Amino acid sequence: MRLKDKVAIVTGGTSGIGRATALLFAREGARVAVTGRDDRRGREVVAAIERAGGRAIFVRSDVRLAVDCRRTVEETVRTFGRLDILFNNAGVFHPHTTVECTEEEWDDQIDVNLKGVFLMSREALPAMIRQKSGVIVNNSSGWGIVGGDAAVAYCASKGGVVLMTKAMAIDHGRQGIRVNCICPGDVETPMLPDDAKKRGLTWEDYLKGAANRPLGRIGTPEEIAGAVLFLASDDSSFMTGAALVVDGGGAAD
Amino acid sequence: MSGGRLAGRGALVTGGGSGIGRAAALRLAREGAAVAIVDRNETAARAAAEAIVAAGGRALVLPGDVTSDADCRRAVEETTRAFGGLAILFNNAGITRRETILEIREADWDRVMEVNVKAIFLMSRAAIPVMRRAGSGSIINTASGWGLSAGPKAAAYCASKGAVVQLTRAMAVDHGPEGIRVNCICPGDTDTPLLRNEAYQLGEPIDQFLGAASQRPLRRVGTPEEIAEAVLYLASDDASFVNGAALIVDGGGQAGSV
Ligand SMILES: NC(=O)c1ccc[n+]([C@@H]2O[C@H](COP(=O)([O-])OP(=O)(O)OC[C@H]3O[C@@H](n4cnc5c(N)ncnc54)[C@H](O)[C@@H]3O)[C@@H](O)[C@H]2O)c1
Ligand SMILES: NC(=O)c1ccc[n+]([C@@H]2O[C@H](COP(=O)([O-])OP(=O)(O)OC[C@H]3O[C@@H](n4cnc5c(N)ncnc54)[C@H](O)[C@@H]3O)[C@@H](O)[C@H]2O)c1
Repeated sequence: MRLKDKVAIVTGGTSGIGRATALLFAREGARVAVTGRDDRRGREVVAAIERAGGRAIFVRSDVRLAVDCRRTVEETVRTFGRLDILFNNAGVFHPHTTVECTEEEWDDQIDVNLKGVFLMSREALPAMIRQKSGVIVNNSSGWGIVGGDAAVAYCASKGGVVLMTKAMAIDHGRQGIRVNCICPGDVETPMLPDDAKKRGLTWEDYLKGAANRPLGRIGTPEEIAGAVLFLASDDSSFMTGAALVVDGGGAAD
Repeated sequence: MSGGRLAGRGALVTGGGSGIGRAAALRLAREGAAVAIVDRNETAARAAAEAIVAAGGRALVLPGDVTSDADCRRAVEETTRAFGGLAILFNNAGITRRETILEIREADWDRVMEVNVKAIFLMSRAAIPVMRRAGSGSIINTASGWGLSAGPKAAAYCASKGAVVQLTRAMAVDHGPEGIRVNCICPGDTDTPLLRNEAYQLGEPIDQFLGAASQRPLRRVGTPEEIAEAVLYLASDDASFVNGAALIVDGGGQAGSV
C-alpha cells in the first residue's frame, strides 16, 4: 500500500476526479477527509470507502470560505492525528468569452479554482511544516497551460494554479513540503456534460472533438486519480513545482 | 513477482548498465517486468542483470551501441523472442559534453546528437512495429531539465535534449492512435557517474559541484531510484491517459528562481 498511515484531504471529493481519488487514496491505505458542500453526496462517498474497508470522514466545507477551510484542517487533524496530503481539487467551470462572462461568474471561478487553493493551503501548511513533511497536489487543467475557447476566467484561474504551484514549491521545499499540480485533459465527470449543455452541444458531438486527439478518447476519473496518487506518494519524492499533463496527448498536438 | 504492476511484460532499457538506466531496470523488474539491458559497457550491463536475477527477477544482457541501427534491430528482436513481446521501451542512454559551441569539436557535437537523439529514433523505429502488433506499448525517453531551459557550457547537450522533448510529442501524436503512449522524463541533477563526470569536465571539485543543489527548493540532487519511480509510473497502466508529457523530476529546480 503506497499511502499506508497517511492522512489526506480531498476537496470537492464528492464527485468526478475528487471522488475517484478519495477512493484510490483509501484503497492505498490513507485515511481520507472528503470535503464538499452537499451532505448527502459526502455521506455516500464515505460509505463507499468504508464498504471497501477504508476510513474516511466528510467535512461539509466551501473552499471559498476561510472559516470552512480552517475547520476542515482542524477536524481532519482532530480525527486522524496528522495531515500528510492535501489534494486541492474543487473547481467550477462556466464557458464564456470575455464579452459574455458576467462578473459573478468571473468571481466564482477565480474564488473556487484559485483562491480556494490559497485558503486551503494556508490552513494545511502549518500542520505539515510542524511534521517537516507534506504533499500538496493542485488540480489545474490542460487549459492552465494552453488556451481554450470560451473559457477566459477558467483559463485565468487554472494558469494561476500552475504558477502558484511553482511559487509554493519554491517557498516550502526547504520545509520538506512538495507542491505539484496535475493538468487533466477532458475527463468523464459531471463537469463535461454540464459544459456540453451550456455550449448547446449534444454529448455525442462533444465526444467527437476528443476522437481527433492522439489517444482518441477522453479520460476516466480513475486515470487522473492514478496521477494524483503518484504525486501524493513517496514515489515522487524528488518532484516539486511540476505540472503533470494527463490528457491523452491533447497538449502535445 | 507475478503480482507486480508490470507482471508479464517485456521491457528494454538502454544505458541500463549505470545510473538512471540501471535503477530503472531494477525497479521495472521488481514490478514483474522481464528486462533487457542494452549498454555499450558489457560488464556494467551484466552486473545490472545479475542484480535483477539475484532479486528474483528476469533479465537479458544485450551489449550494443544504440547509435547502430543493426544493434537496435537485434536488441528488439532478441528481447521480443526471449520475452514474447516488448511492452516498455526506456530510451535512456545519453552522454554530455560541457562546452560552448566555440569549444566543442564537430565530432563531439555529432556524437551527442547521435547518442541522445538519433538513438531514440533508431530504437523506437525497431520497437514500434512490435508494440503496434500488440495494440499497446509505452515508450519513455530520457530528456532533461536542460531540454526545457538551458544551462552554461552545454550547448550540444541542451540542443539534443530539447530535441528529445519535441520528438517525444511528435511520436505521441503519431503513435497514440495505435495505442502506444510516448512520454519523456526531465530529470534535474541526479547522482550518477554522468553527473560526476560533468564536474570533471568543468574542472570543478565534486563537492562544490554537487553543493550547488542546496540552492534549489528540495536542497539536494536526486537519486537514480527517485527517477526510476517516475519511469515506472509512466510505464505502468497508472499512466494510461498520459501521452506526450514531459515529466519534470528535479526537486523544484525548474519551478523558477529562488
Ligand atoms: N472533467 C474535466 O474534463 C476536467 C479537466 C481539467 C481539469 N478539471 C478539474 O478537475 C477538478 C475536478 O472536477 P471534476 O471534473 O471532477 O468535476 P465535478 O464537478 O465532478 O467535481 C468538482 C467538485 O468540486 C465541488 N465544488 C465546487 N465548488 C466548490 C466549493 N466552493 N467548495 C467545495 N467544493 C466545491 C463540486 O461540488 C464537485 O463535487 C476541477 O478543479 C476541474 O476544474 C476537470
Ligand atoms: N545524471 C543527471 O544529472 C541527469 C540529468 C538529466 C538527464 N540525464 C540523462 O539521463 C540519462 C542517463 O544518464 P545517467 O546520469 O544515468 O548516466 P550514466 O553515465 O550513469 O549512464 C549512462 C549509460 O548509458 C550507456 N551508454 C552511453 N552511450 C551509449 C551508447 N552509444 N550505446 C549504449 N549505451 C550507451 C553508458 O555506458 C552508461 O551505462 C542520460 O540520457 C542523461 O542525459 C541525467
